[in-house]
Amino acid sequence: MSKSVLLKSSIAKKYWMAFTGLFLCLFLVGHLIGNLQLFAGGEEGRRAFNEYAYFMQHNPLIKVMSYVTYLSILFHAIDGILLAFQNKKARPIQYAMDNAASNSSSASRKMAILGSIILIFIATHMVNFWAKMHFGGLQLHTTTKTVNMPIGQNPQTGEYVNEDIEVSYILSIKGEYLDHKYKNPKTGETQERYDIKHETMVYDKSSKLKVSEGYKDLHTAVMTFFGKDAQGQKKNQYALIAILFYTLSMAVLSFHLLHGFAAAFQTLGLRHPRYTPLIKMFGIIFAIVVPALFALIPLYIFIS
Amino acid sequence: MKLTLKIWRQNSATDKGQMVTYPIDGIEGDMSFLEMMDVLNEELIVKGEDPVAFDHDCREGICGMCSLFINGEAHGPDRAVTTCQLHMRKFNDGDTIYIEPWRAKAFPVIKDLVVDRGAFDRIMASGGFVSVNTSGNTVDANAIPISKIDADKAFEAATCIGCGACVATCVNASAMLYVAAKVSQLALLPQGKVEAKERVLNMVKTMDEEGFGNCTNTGACAVECPKEISLDNIARMNREYFKGMISAE
Repeated sequence: MSKSVLLKSSIAKKYWMAFTGLFLCLFLVGHLIGNLQLFAGGEEGRRAFNEYAYFMQHNPLIKVMSYVTYLSILFHAIDGILLAFQNKKARPIQYAMDNAASNSSSASRKMAILGSIILIFIATHMVNFWAKMHFGGLQLHTTTKTVNMPIGQNPQTGEYVNEDIEVSYILSIKGEYLDHKYKNPKTGETQERYDIKHETMVYDKSSKLKVSEGYKDLHTAVMTFFGKDAQGQKKNQYALIAILFYTLSMAVLSFHLLHGFAAAFQTLGLRHPRYTPLIKMFGIIFAIVVPALFALIPLYIFIS
Repeated sequence: MKLTLKIWRQNSATDKGQMVTYPIDGIEGDMSFLEMMDVLNEELIVKGEDPVAFDHDCREGICGMCSLFINGEAHGPDRAVTTCQLHMRKFNDGDTIYIEPWRAKAFPVIKDLVVDRGAFDRIMASGGFVSVNTSGNTVDANAIPISKIDADKAFEAATCIGCGACVATCVNASAMLYVAAKVSQLALLPQGKVEAKERVLNMVKTMDEEGFGNCTNTGACAVECPKEISLDNIARMNREYFKGMISAE
């Protein structure tokens, strides 16, 4: 098998499009299942999501899969652009009158444009969340709780006095809550027990030893990005624009999948009178349900 | 029937070419599209103008010579017919009809509506055949048992007349349906299996070299094909190509 056949032949290029495209469909399912956790509210939901994000960043198998995903996106995009340029060149003079709508769907004829919009969306989306997760810009996952604590003995009456004190806890990756910060009711000063280095590494202030590791608070970043005040952080003032862009991008993805899913099977030669109608039907359901659920998440966050 | 024709006129392969408008009257619904073109050309000749050049031969839908991109569709608005089988009753009095040549880099215009479809011949020459011993001990083709299903599929693929409507209609000017029909027709039969791997690799290689576009599975080709060649053939060629690609030496 020569290199030219594997990379240069029109049909082989299409195999690559189909393989990477179907793999990216699998990625969409995985990504969606993870993201659906954002529908769960409260501290429980936040904790589950941040634990999941940590798992996704550290599990070796997921790490390998993520590199395959990056490569697939790049390959699908570059191969697609190459094919689109070749296709443009194959018809130098356009028809004065072209009734293409009578014989094919507009999505099938506009795959390159739809794909380009999706690529722009992926880049934006990665800057919004992925880059913060990987290169910094997120807070540590902390939670506050009001605790009724004894603060001392009344010297006159000899009574022990309790007071409500707000304590900030760090959730460690071992699942324990470490009491970190509290406001001294007498002096009014905030006292901290730990030093935080590299965003999530927890060091004891007195012993200078590393005690544990915390979680990055991706959940709060998502909440504020889509227009919700959370954990004392201000919401994104351009949240409406972000939601509009995300929803439109998902609509574009839907059209891309509406043609792409079944087309990938055709390209791989997987066509059969019994199974092709099923693949087509599944493709339509997939193309509608997956982007719709993705699009619902920002809307839900904004409204709730 | 009174019509306005907008026809692509181009003197030679190197000429730039342009759309020219011709009013025409007295067209009857029972005329074929090519007969309407004949009426126009007679008028042009009487006026001393250059008649419109267009391809045609059998005028009964089997030779694959006629072409024409009519009102934005290969072989016009009717389905499963060639331009010579298209009747003028498909149009209404007062209609404007756009008539253009097949548009593809691989099909250069020779004159007006005539394009050079030699690229198809070169694809065939690169693998669209079976090698048969003709030295006197030729085996009768009917002596080899072939299942009815395979024979029918091969026959359906073989009904392709090579008119080029698939290329003309494809948004990418891809020749996949044509090449797939030719590959399938032979790959389905025992006689064709002998050279199957080399055939598909060579024919696709020639197809790419001729400058046709890539398939994006729009399915427009199968809709516009006058012989209703199915997309099944493209899937079969994709399978054949995979087999050839991974195992050819």
